[in-house]
Amino acid sequence: MSAYLQDGLPSPVANNLDAPFWKGLQDNRLLIQRCANCSNWQWGPEWICHHCHSFELDFEETKASGVIYSYERVWHPVHPALASQGPYLIVLVALPAAGAVRLVGNLLGDPRQDVEIGGRVEGVFEHHLDAESNYSLLQWQNIPLE
Amino acid sequence: MSAERTLRGRAVVAGVAETTYYKRGESPDDEFKLALEAITGACRSAGISPQEIDGFASYSNDRSDASRLAAALGIHDLRFANMQWGGGGGGGSGAIGNAVAAIATGMAECVVVFRALAQGQFGRFGQGPRRNTISGEFAHTVPYGLMSPAQMFAMKVTRFMHDHQVQQAALRAISLASYQHAQNNPRAVMYGRPLDEQQYDESRWIVEPFHLYDCCQENDGAAAIILVSAERAQEFDHPGCYLLSAAAGSHHRAGAPVHNAPDYATSAFKTLAPRLFEMAGVGVSEVNVLQSYENFTGGVLMSIVEHGFCTPEECNDFFTLENLTAPRGRVPLNTSGGNLAECYMHGLGLNIEAVRQVWGESSNQVSGADISMVISGPMVTPVSACIFGSEATL
Repeated sequence: MSAYLQDGLPSPVANNLDAPFWKGLQDNRLLIQRCANCSNWQWGPEWICHHCHSFELDFEETKASGVIYSYERVWHPVHPALASQGPYLIVLVALPAAGAVRLVGNLLGDPRQDVEIGGRVEGVFEHHLDAESNYSLLQWQNIPLE
Repeated sequence: MSAERTLRGRAVVAGVAETTYYKRGESPDDEFKLALEAITGACRSAGISPQEIDGFASYSNDRSDASRLAAALGIHDLRFANMQWGGGGGGGSGAIGNAVAAIATGMAECVVVFRALAQGQFGRFGQGPRRNTISGEFAHTVPYGLMSPAQMFAMKVTRFMHDHQVQQAALRAISLASYQHAQNNPRAVMYGRPLDEQQYDESRWIVEPFHLYDCCQENDGAAAIILVSAERAQEFDHPGCYLLSAAAGSHHRAGAPVHNAPDYATSAFKTLAPRLFEMAGVGVSEVNVLQSYENFTGGVLMSIVEHGFCTPEECNDFFTLENLTAPRGRVPLNTSGGNLAECYMHGLGLNIEAVRQVWGESSNQVSGADISMVISGPMVTPVSACIFGSEATL
């Protein structure tokens, strides 16, 4: 698939704290930080578990399936790369299977669509593999009601 | 025996000043010079020499370093150089609290709280990063097009409005109140530029639910407030304006990365507000006039709710232009024009306006403004707030 947003935004680069997450996205897997001691999920990643203060933290695979916690429709571009983008949708997605931690992504489809807080969404891995960059993002799409 | 642990009544405002307020990029002066102009102006307001200053307090990593200021002003005995950590404009009232804490404990005698900001010289707050790569927390937001302050806060407000059925007209009333007040304030950048409902409704979206007029300006300027021990109140020409309380901080994991604060749809004042009123010894119904930091109107709305001026369910009735405007509104709000219409002096202009209300010198004076409150920097962390009172409140 093509990318949701136009090219030219800063590319994410892994650091010592979040490298497993970025590697996971490239492999079509969602890995979220989880405490090996108390099983607490936490996101964004930290060096310590905020619940039990253990430093033994793992990254565990979870289902890329969530619920829209909030959203915003952006109209005014604040970066030159988005000058001709037009409106776009950002969603904050809670992951019920991973302690309800939240991820930021874009909601695929019509940027003018009505967005439902509480609506169910599934992840879509968006791979950027051109000459200048090599990373993957996690986007979201509505799950149709059955 | 230990003294009571409070800031209440320990310090009095000796003087205030601001530079000319400019649109972003229009200041003829560098940021450091703006800081010096505001500080020396506050000294004139107080009737003291700049060499009497022995402490500096600021916030948001102000670039005008205390030691450089002390050198430039020829100060002989620098005793207090304080920076409120992080939180951008959320530090304004916190810096005042820090200054008064130093005075109350004898660490300093005469502290200036200041903020200088030249977005023309140093770059705009409202634009995204200009680089090829990004790492750390922002790597999880910027590649999705989430990078400006408006974009960082809009989802909190959307969730709050959704949960409590708050209508756009409530945000609009906050914006209109600031613009209406600015029409009486010659210092205001939007003086002579009124705003009506139709203009607001027809203005472009920046990011829903924020129209253009829900967003603060970007400005150049500086502001300063000088505080000294309350025992010296009689030395100054101004009526007494005392700090009654200040509180700073935020709730459980407010700073959790990537929008993961457990309590998300909040301005971050729920834990502070009870401490603020308890130290001041006043209730919310006794507040005569309120300044509340507008980065974006939605944060103002949530912060006013979280301090108890109304419940979330009352927002649509409470946030009306009539209720929010001086002189007779229920809670006159942002009576100088605030960050939206006076100047985005990173919120310190709101503290100056709160002092002027107690002094009886506002351009939108509320009669009998004995208790004058400031809320600094909603939706960031740490946030802060303070309450000033007249001599009658001591």
